[in-house]
Amino acid sequence: MSRSIAAGLLVLAVGVGLLWFGTDGFSAFTSEAARRHAVSEQPRVLPDAVLEDQDGRLFRLRDHAGKLVAVEFVYTRCRTVCSALGAGFRQIGDSLPPAALGRDFVRISVSFDPANDTPAALKAYAQRFGADGTGWRVARVNSETDLKRLLDAFGITVIADGMGGFEHNAAIHLLDRSGRLALIADHDRPLAFAAQVRTRL
Amino acid sequence: MRWSYRAPGVLAGVLAGVLLCLLGMPPLRAWLEAGMATHMLVQMPLLVAAGVLMALALPASLTRRIADYNARGLPLTLLAGFASTYWMLPRALDAALAEPWMELAKFAGLPLLIGLPLALSWRPLGLIGRGFVLANAISMTAVAGWLYIAAPSRICNGYLVDEQAFTGWLLVAVAGVLAIAWAAPAFVYRGATPVGQHGIT
Repeated sequence: MSRSIAAGLLVLAVGVGLLWFGTDGFSAFTSEAARRHAVSEQPRVLPDAVLEDQDGRLFRLRDHAGKLVAVEFVYTRCRTVCSALGAGFRQIGDSLPPAALGRDFVRISVSFDPANDTPAALKAYAQRFGADGTGWRVARVNSETDLKRLLDAFGITVIADGMGGFEHNAAIHLLDRSGRLALIADHDRPLAFAAQVRTRL
Repeated sequence: MRWSYRAPGVLAGVLAGVLLCLLGMPPLRAWLEAGMATHMLVQMPLLVAAGVLMALALPASLTRRIADYNARGLPLTLLAGFASTYWMLPRALDAALAEPWMELAKFAGLPLLIGLPLALSWRPLGLIGRGFVLANAISMTAVAGWLYIAAPSRICNGYLVDEQAFTGWLLVAVAGVLAIAWAAPAFVYRGATPVGQHGIT
């Protein structure tokens, strides 16, 4: 009997410990919550991918080091979440001091669909939402390995929806001035994100 | 210690091995994991079933030694409870898709930490204990299903939102079928109870 009690207590301790670590202290039950929690605890260094923007210019995320950078992932054929993402990015720009845009704060919409999102398609998306190319760049990652490394580092899972489109975990990401992923926020609350940015400007 | 093997035990062990090998084979694994419903409602229950078969394959002397640490089946039922709670977390499902070592943990954990301990505890648990386990399993299945149906966004990054709702309905249906199957015998007339058997005539 005493052996069983000891075994039961051991199971209890290990079990509670497993659930505690498995949910980051009973706070993160989904992988989306887990990735937000991890980034807020420890800003994440990102791989050095080459991007191409709507004007065909090649650049790297680290070219914007020293500024705050907002990043979201889209594909331009998407008419649902990505439209909300575009509208949200626009709202964020509208609610911040115009002088900061492009100078202290840059928005980048990154397409994970380089096959369809040619610079012309990126340009059309940019024009649809008013992305000017300096304060807001719309870009794709040409190299497949770079794209995969970037998505992995951000924690973005993209899956085909079986109708030619994609589903992906949508959020607004903030890179700090040293280019690390420091904050992940709800994509449908752009003003809350803008408030976070304002405190860091 | 001398272990004596019985034919049914050996057969159960072989079946458990064959089942695990089949489920682990890349084509079948990929196929079952391509859908959320087949992942949760086919692959995972079969992995648990492999653990049950393992319990039947254990030599009697070992089973007796384990029973010394498993009074009334409680410590190992507790273990199965913790393990199944962990594997019900959406992020655990996502992690199994994304991380090979989590996939391995799933293939080891479901048989060894749920199926095996539950099978070893089933008889000592007694009628009330078994009823408690069944009632919990059925209600948790229904609740999980309802969450998947009601969730406005994706709980698992690895699966589409439509598929999540479909899986939710299946989980509710499975819970319903299990509940009916469990309760049905009470409503079936199986001939008169022999006088005196229940102490009531």
